[in-house]
Amino acid sequence: MNDGAPPDLQALGITKRFGPLTALKDVDFRLQSGQFHALLGENGAGKSTLVKCIMGYYHPDEGNILLDQQPVTIRNPRDAQTFGIGMVYQQFTLIPNMTVLENLAISKAKLNLIINWQEEESQLTQFMEKMPFKVPLSARVGSLAAGEKQKVEILKQLALQNRILILDEPTSVLTPQEAKEVLGHLRAMTLARQLSILIITHKLREVAAFADEVTVLRKGQFVGSGLASELKISQIAEMMVGSEVTAKPKQRTVLSKKVPKLVLQDIRVKDDIGVEVVRGLHLTIHEGEIVGVAGVSGNGQRELVEVLAGQRQAVAGTIRVQDQPFQPTREKIMRHKMFCLPEEPLQNTCVGRMTVSENLAFRNFDVVPHAIGGWLISRSALRRSAFGLIERYNIKPPHPDIPIQSLSGGNVQRAVLARELSAEVEILIIANPCFGLDFLAMEEIRLQIVAARNRGTAVLLVSEDLDEILELSDRTVVMFNGRLVYETTSPGADLAIIGRHMTGHAT
Amino acid sequence: MPQTLNKALEPFLIIVGSLTISMLLFGVFVASVGADPFDVYQTMYRAAFGTSFSWQNTLIRAAPLMLTALCTALPGYLGLIVIGGEGAVVMGGLFAAIAALAMPSAPPLVVLLTMALAGMIAGGIWLMIPGLLRHYRAVNETISSLLLNYIAIALLNHLVTNTFRDPESLNHPSTHHIGEANMIGLIPGTDLHWGLVFGIVACVIAWFFMRHTVFGFASQIAGGNVRAAQIAGLPVGRLVLIICFVAGAAGGLTGMVEVAAIHGRANDTLNANYGYAGILVAFVARNNPLAIIPVAVLLGGIRASSGLLQRAHELPDATVLVMQGIIFLVILFSETLYGRFSRLQKQGAS
Repeated sequence: MNDGAPPDLQALGITKRFGPLTALKDVDFRLQSGQFHALLGENGAGKSTLVKCIMGYYHPDEGNILLDQQPVTIRNPRDAQTFGIGMVYQQFTLIPNMTVLENLAISKAKLNLIINWQEEESQLTQFMEKMPFKVPLSARVGSLAAGEKQKVEILKQLALQNRILILDEPTSVLTPQEAKEVLGHLRAMTLARQLSILIITHKLREVAAFADEVTVLRKGQFVGSGLASELKISQIAEMMVGSEVTAKPKQRTVLSKKVPKLVLQDIRVKDDIGVEVVRGLHLTIHEGEIVGVAGVSGNGQRELVEVLAGQRQAVAGTIRVQDQPFQPTREKIMRHKMFCLPEEPLQNTCVGRMTVSENLAFRNFDVVPHAIGGWLISRSALRRSAFGLIERYNIKPPHPDIPIQSLSGGNVQRAVLARELSAEVEILIIANPCFGLDFLAMEEIRLQIVAARNRGTAVLLVSEDLDEILELSDRTVVMFNGRLVYETTSPGADLAIIGRHMTGHAT
Repeated sequence: MPQTLNKALEPFLIIVGSLTISMLLFGVFVASVGADPFDVYQTMYRAAFGTSFSWQNTLIRAAPLMLTALCTALPGYLGLIVIGGEGAVVMGGLFAAIAALAMPSAPPLVVLLTMALAGMIAGGIWLMIPGLLRHYRAVNETISSLLLNYIAIALLNHLVTNTFRDPESLNHPSTHHIGEANMIGLIPGTDLHWGLVFGIVACVIAWFFMRHTVFGFASQIAGGNVRAAQIAGLPVGRLVLIICFVAGAAGGLTGMVEVAAIHGRANDTLNANYGYAGILVAFVARNNPLAIIPVAVLLGGIRASSGLLQRAHELPDATVLVMQGIIFLVILFSETLYGRFSRLQKQGAS
C-alpha cells in the first residue's frame, strides 16, 4: 500500500439529470482523509447516483469532483481506480469457482500474458500479512461464507491500492455478526488513516456504531450532515424521511383463544447438496400470533420456508394446518388460506416479464370473476382487481399493464404483499420482508403484517433482523443448526440469551 | 400508451429486420454461385405466390409446418426447448398406418378417426418422454427430444422392413396401403388436402388456449418462474406433461395426415424434415401460435420454389435449405437483440 493518508475527496455542486428527471440537484459532499462517512437516504434519494458520479459511471451535468482540492475528471471506473477510488457493490462480483488468490490476481488492471502464479502468490501473501483480516488464499470463493466473500471483495479493492473505498450496502448480504466484524476492521483502518470509507446503508445502528460523519440526501438534494456522535437516530431518520418518525409500537389486539393453526412436527429437510439442514423441528403457531424465528442465516431457515412455500419437499415430518395434513397443492393452499411472502419476491414469487395485473392474480386467476366459468381468463377483470390493489397498497407507478420487473424493489414487495393479504388469510409465512427496503416502506409493510395478525392470522416470521422480530412477534424462537433451541415471549426477551443461542454458545 | 406500442413493435421490427438481413446474405450466396439474386427472388416469388397453382403448392408445404411448429412452440410456453417434432411425426404416421391396417373392414370415417387418434396418442406419448425426463430426472429436454428423433426413425425403419412390411414394396420398404377408400379427400375445388385446415384450426385453438384460459395462464406462470408456480401451488409436473403431450399430438397428427392424405402407407418418406422445419417456424414466430400460420406459409413458399429455382437458374437442390439455414441463424442471433432495442428506445424517450 501507498504510504501517507488517503486523499481528501470533495464533490461540489453536483447536478445530474436523466431526461426530465433531476436525480441530483446541487449536492455538496466531502469525504475527509481517513474518515468513515455514511451516506443515507431513502430509496431513490440519489445516493447511488452520487457515488456513480464519483466512480465515473455517470458524468455530472454540473459540478466538480476534487481530490485534495484539485479538480479531477473521472471518465470511467478505471479512471477512478487510477485515482485510488474503489467500490464494493451490493452483490458479489467474485468468480465462485476460482480461488481467492486467482480472484485477487485477475482483478488487476493489467495482467501479464503469462501469469506467474508463484510470484502472484508471494506478493499477495505479503499483502495479506499487512491486512487486519485474513482469508486463506487457497480457498475456493464458492465455499466461503458471505462474510468471508465480502472480506475478499474489500481485500480486492485494497490490493488494487485504492485508498478511498465506496461500499454500497455492504452488509445486506451479511449476518449481524459478520457485518460487525467487517465494519469493525474497516473502522480500525480508517482510524489508522490507511483508508477513507464512504458507506451507503439503511441500517442506522451500523451508522451509530461505526461512522464518524453522516450525510443525508432526500429527493436528490443535500439535507444535512453532522457528526455521528452528535446525532440521534431519530434525528437522522427525520432527515431521511422529512418528518419525525419513530418505530411506533404496533397496535395489538389480544386474542384469548389459543387455537393452533399451524403445527410442524419433526420436520427434516435436506438442502440442494443433500445435507440435512433442518433436523427435527417442532413448532406450533396459534391463531392471532406472530412467531419470529431468529437465527444466523444458514441454519436451515431458508429451507424451512421453502418447504412451507411448496418449493421443496421435506424428507420427514408432518405439517398440520388447522388440524389437517397439508400438502402444498393449489387446492389445499386455497382451502387453508396459507400464503407466503418469501424473501427476494421478484425471483421467488413473481414472473418478471408478466404484467403487474397478471402477477397480482397468481392466487386467484382461476376463480370468478377472473375466470369466467372457471376456465376463461377475463383480462378486464384482472385489470379491475389490479387497479383496486394498486390503490390500496400504494404501488407505484400505478400502471397494471407494465412488466412487474420494471418496478422498484419496494413496490414489488408491496405488490406481493397486496396479492398475499388481499383475500382472507389464515396462515402467513414471511421471510425477511423488509430486506433492502427504505424506512417508510418497511414501516408500512410491518403495519400490514401486524394488522393481519390482529385479524386472527397465524404468522411465521423468519428474519435475519433481530430488531424486526422483537418488534413484530409475540413469541421468539431461535433456530440453530436445524433445530429450535430456545423460545421466549418477545416482550421482555433477553437479548444476551437470544444471542448466545443464535451462536450456539448456550449451555 | 407508447410502452405497449413498443412492446408489440419490437418483435415485429426485429423479425422483419432479421428476414431482410437473411435475404441479403442469401443474395450474396446466390451471387457467389453465379446467379442474379434479383432474378432468383423474382423466380421464388413466382414459384411460391405468383399463381393460384403456386399458392396451392405453397400451402401444401405449409400445412405440416403449422402442426410441427406447435411441437416446439407449446413447450416454449413452459420455457422448454423441445426439438422432437420429427420423431412425433414419424411415430404418429407409423401408428396411424398400423391402426388403419388393424381394422380392414371398418367404415372409412371410423378408420380415419381411429388413425387420427392413434397418431396423436403415439406422437403425444413420444414427446411426453422428454417432458417426464425433464421434470422428474432433470434431463435436458432439448437433447433428449433430439435423440428421440433418431430412435423414432430407427423404429419406423425396423417395423416397415420387418413386422409390417408389404412384400410388394421391394426397393422402398413400406407398410401395406391403408386402402383408397380410407384416404382423406381434397378440399373441394382445390388440390389441397384437409391437413391445411387441421393446421390452421390447431394453431388458432392453441393460441386461444394459451392466451385466454386458466390453463394457459398457469402455463405462463410455470414457464416464467417455476418457484413462483410452486408458491402458487400449481401442478408444474402435470402442466409439463400435458403440454408436451399436446405438442406431440400435433406432430402425430402431421404424420397421420401424411399417411392418410398423401402416401397411403407408412415408410421413410415420413421422415421428410417437417419436424426440423417446424422448429424454425416456431422460432421465427416466437412461439406465438397465431404467428405460426403466416410464418409457415412463408417457409412453405420458400420450399415450394425449390424445383423452379433448379430449373430456371440451375441452382443446386439444396439452395432453399441454405436459405432456410441462413434465416435460422439470423433469427437465433436476433434473440440477443431483444431488450437492447427497448433500452435504446427508453433512453431516447426520456
